[in-house]
Amino acid sequence: MGKKSTLLSRLIGAPYIVWAVIFILVPIGMVAYYAFTDVTGAFTFSNMSEIAKYTDTFLLSIWLGLLATVISLIIAYPLAYIIANSGENRQKIMMMLIMLPMWMNFLLRTYSWMTILEDNGFLTTTLNSVSEEIWGILNEALHSFGKELKPFEPIHLINTRGAVVLGMVYNFLPYMILPIYTVILKMDRSLIEAAQDLGCNKFQVFKNITVPLSLPGVVSGFTMVFVPSVSTFYISQKLGGTGTTLIGDIIETQFQTANNFHLGASLSFVLMILIFICLAVMNKFSDEDGEVII
Amino acid sequence: MASNEIIKLKNISISFDDEQIINNMNLYIRDKEFITFLGPSGCGKTTTLRIIAGFLQPDSGEVIFDGKVINDLPPHKRQLNTIFQRYALFPHLNVYENIAFGLRLRKISEKEIKETVTEMLSLVNLKGFERRNISSLSGGQQQRVAIARALAVKPKILLLDEPLGALDLKLRKDMQVELKNIQKRLGITFIYVTHDQEEALSMSDTIVVMNGGKIQQIGTPLDIYNEPKNAFVADFIGESNIIEGVMRADFWVEMAGNKFKCLDKGFGVDEDVDVVVRPEDVDIVPVEDAMISGKVTSITFKGVHYEIIVEIKGFKWMIQSTDYQEVGSTIGLVIEPDAIHIMKKSEYSGLYGDYSSFSEEFDELSDATIDEEE
Amino acid sequence: MKKKSLFSKIYPILVFGFLYAPIAVLILFSFNAGKSTAIFEGFSLRWYEEVFRDTATLEAFKNTVIVAVVSAIISTVMGTAAAIAINNYKLKWFKQATLTTTNIPMMNPDIVTGISMMLLFVFISALFGKTGTLGFTTLTIAHVTFELPYVILNVLPKLRQTDIHLSEAAQDLGCTPIQSFFKVVLPQIMPGILSGLMMAFTLSVDDFIISYFVSGTTSQTLPIRIFSMTKKRVTPDMYALSTLIFLAILVLLVISNIITAKSENKKHKQGSKKGGA
Repeated sequence: MGKKSTLLSRLIGAPYIVWAVIFILVPIGMVAYYAFTDVTGAFTFSNMSEIAKYTDTFLLSIWLGLLATVISLIIAYPLAYIIANSGENRQKIMMMLIMLPMWMNFLLRTYSWMTILEDNGFLTTTLNSVSEEIWGILNEALHSFGKELKPFEPIHLINTRGAVVLGMVYNFLPYMILPIYTVILKMDRSLIEAAQDLGCNKFQVFKNITVPLSLPGVVSGFTMVFVPSVSTFYISQKLGGTGTTLIGDIIETQFQTANNFHLGASLSFVLMILIFICLAVMNKFSDEDGEVII
Repeated sequence: MASNEIIKLKNISISFDDEQIINNMNLYIRDKEFITFLGPSGCGKTTTLRIIAGFLQPDSGEVIFDGKVINDLPPHKRQLNTIFQRYALFPHLNVYENIAFGLRLRKISEKEIKETVTEMLSLVNLKGFERRNISSLSGGQQQRVAIARALAVKPKILLLDEPLGALDLKLRKDMQVELKNIQKRLGITFIYVTHDQEEALSMSDTIVVMNGGKIQQIGTPLDIYNEPKNAFVADFIGESNIIEGVMRADFWVEMAGNKFKCLDKGFGVDEDVDVVVRPEDVDIVPVEDAMISGKVTSITFKGVHYEIIVEIKGFKWMIQSTDYQEVGSTIGLVIEPDAIHIMKKSEYSGLYGDYSSFSEEFDELSDATIDEEE
Repeated sequence: MKKKSLFSKIYPILVFGFLYAPIAVLILFSFNAGKSTAIFEGFSLRWYEEVFRDTATLEAFKNTVIVAVVSAIISTVMGTAAAIAINNYKLKWFKQATLTTTNIPMMNPDIVTGISMMLLFVFISALFGKTGTLGFTTLTIAHVTFELPYVILNVLPKLRQTDIHLSEAAQDLGCTPIQSFFKVVLPQIMPGILSGLMMAFTLSVDDFIISYFVSGTTSQTLPIRIFSMTKKRVTPDMYALSTLIFLAILVLLVISNIITAKSENKKHKQGSKKGGA
């Protein structure tokens, strides 16, 4: 190829490079800058030391985030497997059905769960009347042994940690299904046949071939669910009530109401570092194949 | 120097990542000839072609076209066109638009374009394929479209980079004949790259045998086959037994413990040489009438003949014969003087021409690899 | 085998039930005659009328579309150019550094991306002694920034798949390098560019978190408007609006699917026509 045209084809990347430096790299520098300065602009560690107060919040966020990610994986894997192994038309329709909810505004979808999980909502009242019935039967049975259960307490769904995890799973499940589906779909079918040929039964094929080969998809899905789950604030506000404050909530408060940018920046800085460490660890699990699967 | 030379390469060298691919190459190509670069993968043949086409700039040396240095001329201004290994047809255009592609760039009237496309399609026997999608064509048909597309712009030279490599054997043979016919009919220069010696022998006016970035031999197919310059050429073109020998005098060579009459002269007395004997040139005779004799170690039926491996004084010869020989039996051999070809010792001496490790599979494996030298 | 196929039939239904339950609730209550989003009091279309009367919501909708269109176009053009350049970079470390930087907005939590850009804008405006810089421009810049990686990652694989010999063949036939790009390379990578554009547009329409931090008070987008409304008790008019958007997308998707299915069918038929070897 001509030298001039090669040069040109490299130069047209310049606007992006400039853009990426100003709007990707510099802002991250800004986070670090705010994290280590006070209102006067002087260097300080006080923001960082203040973070210690939020250790429990960090731990809770990570715990709920992990829980949501693992549950998503458990739900998503069989579905991805089933979809990847069904007919072409069914595949298309099912993938469309998975993508479609994402077009409904995420805030409203979460809000809708509030309606479903409400104390006087259909789901809660049904659950409560059914379980009260069972409770009564159990109690009667136990009565003949001279024992008694505690009086029945109605179940609460909304404003619990469980509801927050449910919200996370619900919102980010497609991000888990998609990469796993893609990996299973691309898998070389002849490998499965080769394994069968060598004497694997269906379960062994699944365990020895499908699972290890789909690992990159799992890793990709894991990060795509974990990152937004850990950092969410809307889901915890709406479904977790006052009892479940996550790190995202605290950061949001610092920027939108408390106006303490420096503390907010230092919290974000730590969150970012934590997540990059998680990603680095996850990437160790997936092979050299560093391509991100979207 | 030929007056009708169209391309001349002068002291061309090129290297990638410190690896010398072409080493001080000199070559001229005559107008209207069918010339083939032949060699194993990595020998630099495709690189040479890409230098001529203008996709690569040599590190040093000159590319001369019609008497003018064209080193700095970009590919789109060169009056030569290329058939790519995988055809490189434009998948978003149909057959007609692919062939018309180069013509449209030359601001030719729609009517003329239509005439040329029709003419080209009939040249490659694809009449009626105008509206077809590229993806709906077979490999052979795609190949024809690629040829039509390149010829439509009336190049002075057509460069063909292993054009038949992706086709199956039968189709490849047909296309060989067809390409040769097209070249004769249009009277333009074809520069052809292949690793298939049979293809090279059957199509070319001139063959350039290459290895390790250097030209090993240039000549007509007959020259190359009958008078190979060194053990590499002898082994690469056809089957050869290459035996170490000593030139005792003009027309007398000693090998395999025996003296043979030959037609070669001009070597020093007692000079070490390589002796080439083609398997089909050895006659099997009763042991008592033989010049040399040996034990049959294997025999394979090849259709036209048997391929017999005979061990003579620790060296395994290949002999082709229509008569069956029992494995383990001792047979006698006769080699006529005109069946012996003497070569000077070279860097390749001792590397080729021994059938002791001969294996059918190895041979086919190395043939099947498609070369992607870049 | 039979048992497994039963599972593979029922399981997707369960998951889809889970995915669509809140959406069903949402659509149901958009037709509620009452004001509640919890108790259904009878069928009515009043909230759909309400949507078109609420000027703030309509304004937010307009802003959303404008930002999405503008940012998607900018990010697609810049991102495509960047992908071509990245594909041509020979310096390994530079290429790697560019790709890593590109990955940052995808890997970083949205909230961090949002506040980092907010801090930049606030810092710059403080430098010039201005306040209230957050608005339409900063919103668009932020959207372009988080859309760019998706455009690049959609175009790059198409560039890698494109046979380099195609561009050479075009030049061989007389194209200048620039002509060969527009005539041959561009058509090859077009599907990647289009899906990048679609993705950029979708992400922009859908984004709440990043917009929330960089939009200021003057230029609300629909998600931000919804957020401020969900702070209080939501009235079903928001549900009505979402239902309308949802249905519009559904129709678009069905149409585009039918079109691609038809064109593929056509290709398939032609493909099967081809003869032997």
